[in-house]
Amino acid sequence: MLLITCPWCGLRDETEFHPGGEAGRVRPHAPDQLDDTQWADFLFMRRNEKGLRSERWLHAAGCRRWFVITRDTITHEIIADDSDSLGASALRSDNGGAQ
Amino acid sequence: MGHYSIVELARGALNGHRNWDRAWRDATPRDHYQVVIIGGGGHGLATAHYLAKNHGITNVAVLEKGWIGGGNTGRNTTIVRSNYLWDESAAIYEHSLKLWEGLSRDLNYNVMLSQRGVLTLAHNLSDVRAGMRRHNALLLNGIESEWLTREQIADYCPVLNLSRTVRYPVLGATLQRRAGTARHDAVAWGYARAASGLGVDIVQKCEVTGFRREGSRVTAIETTRGAIRADKIGIVVAGNSTVLADMAGFRLPIESHPLQALVSEPIKPVLDCVVMSNAVHVYVSQSDKGELVLGAGIDGYTSYAQRGSFPIIEHQMGALLELFPRFSRLRMLRHWGGVVDVCPDASPIIGKTPVENLFINAGWGTGGFKATPGSGHVFAHTIATGVPHPLAAPFALDRFVDGKLIDEHGAAGVAH
Repeated sequence: MLLITCPWCGLRDETEFHPGGEAGRVRPHAPDQLDDTQWADFLFMRRNEKGLRSERWLHAAGCRRWFVITRDTITHEIIADDSDSLGASALRSDNGGAQ
Repeated sequence: MGHYSIVELARGALNGHRNWDRAWRDATPRDHYQVVIIGGGGHGLATAHYLAKNHGITNVAVLEKGWIGGGNTGRNTTIVRSNYLWDESAAIYEHSLKLWEGLSRDLNYNVMLSQRGVLTLAHNLSDVRAGMRRHNALLLNGIESEWLTREQIADYCPVLNLSRTVRYPVLGATLQRRAGTARHDAVAWGYARAASGLGVDIVQKCEVTGFRREGSRVTAIETTRGAIRADKIGIVVAGNSTVLADMAGFRLPIESHPLQALVSEPIKPVLDCVVMSNAVHVYVSQSDKGELVLGAGIDGYTSYAQRGSFPIIEHQMGALLELFPRFSRLRMLRHWGGVVDVCPDASPIIGKTPVENLFINAGWGTGGFKATPGSGHVFAHTIATGVPHPLAAPFALDRFVDGKLIDEHGAAGVAH
């Protein structure tokens, strides 16, 4: 069981959260101008880091807000809580972010 | 390496079974091979076996960073079936099931295939529709399948709780009688023995640390036991696929997740088929030792840790008791996790990579064990000839660019 710190609610059990995948993926500005390889790269390709990974979580059974943590995928240790940065990255910004 | 037979067994017995040869050679790597397979799991060993047996390529090494069969080959729930929805999947998994049916004889090694039947339950109207659709798709593909009503299920698997008053009542099921289970370790050992007997080098404790390239071609592998030159290289490393792809300089649409399984204490024979349920989400069979072997879905987060979280176990125990209330006092003995390589369309990637002479067989996700013989067979063909085997061709990496996905989410009979 992971124990995850929600930046708004504090330390909670993993069961309250829903994993949201790799952080920092931004939907391209103009998808219609991409070729198929570039679009596939955004849509399907993943970094899948072995080690430290920045990832998004949703506090699904809590405050319902998104945030970003850094987790070690080998040890499951949650290294850093990027809660300061998350407010900005979690919001749907005008660059059309697929957050 | 002698041929295993009843005569050899009797001769062995006369000596108190003290003089058996080792089943396969634990080789030291040479500095060059025609083909190097990275990954000594079932799929990698099967690839090496079919390279040697079907294509006459015996100058082959299988590199394994740990011990053979110690990854997902030794960490699954041993279910073998071919009841997939889409034509491409049905073809490759049925090819595999046919190879399973002759495998013990082919390898001269008992893989203990037990075609005890796999029952996939439907608990609601959409389950029933999806199950019947899959059943009919299988018939159209020439693969045997049956639809069982509730009454027929009661006859086929009487230990199931068929009460109408439970939260998720059983409404029907698909049945594939030729499906069942096989002995996972024996698959690794049998392929290793057969491949080794044909001249393949099996190299353990040899981790790949990098690739050497000349232009667009890969020419050699850096390993913890020195550099090895190779004409062709196949990557068959399941959960570590993206790690190897990173080293080689290309990207994959794969994420690695924990997949957990567990076994109960051994009990007398009670369940003589495999039962799977997508809706309450558990699959269960009983091993020859009497243990119930249980599995369910992946953990939602990515991981390379070969372990997952307890809520997954709790959930599948709940599902088990929904289906079999009589197991409520059964204790669980062992629990483990593997690292599975999950593709966006829950189908594998078999074929060429953007790097010349480098091939990949990955993305089998939660369902790789059943595919072991077929996967190795078509991958060996792809490496040997340089042209994808017709059954492997739809599973090329570039399907993610041209959009021709093979979406087996849910259709495979298990939730992912």
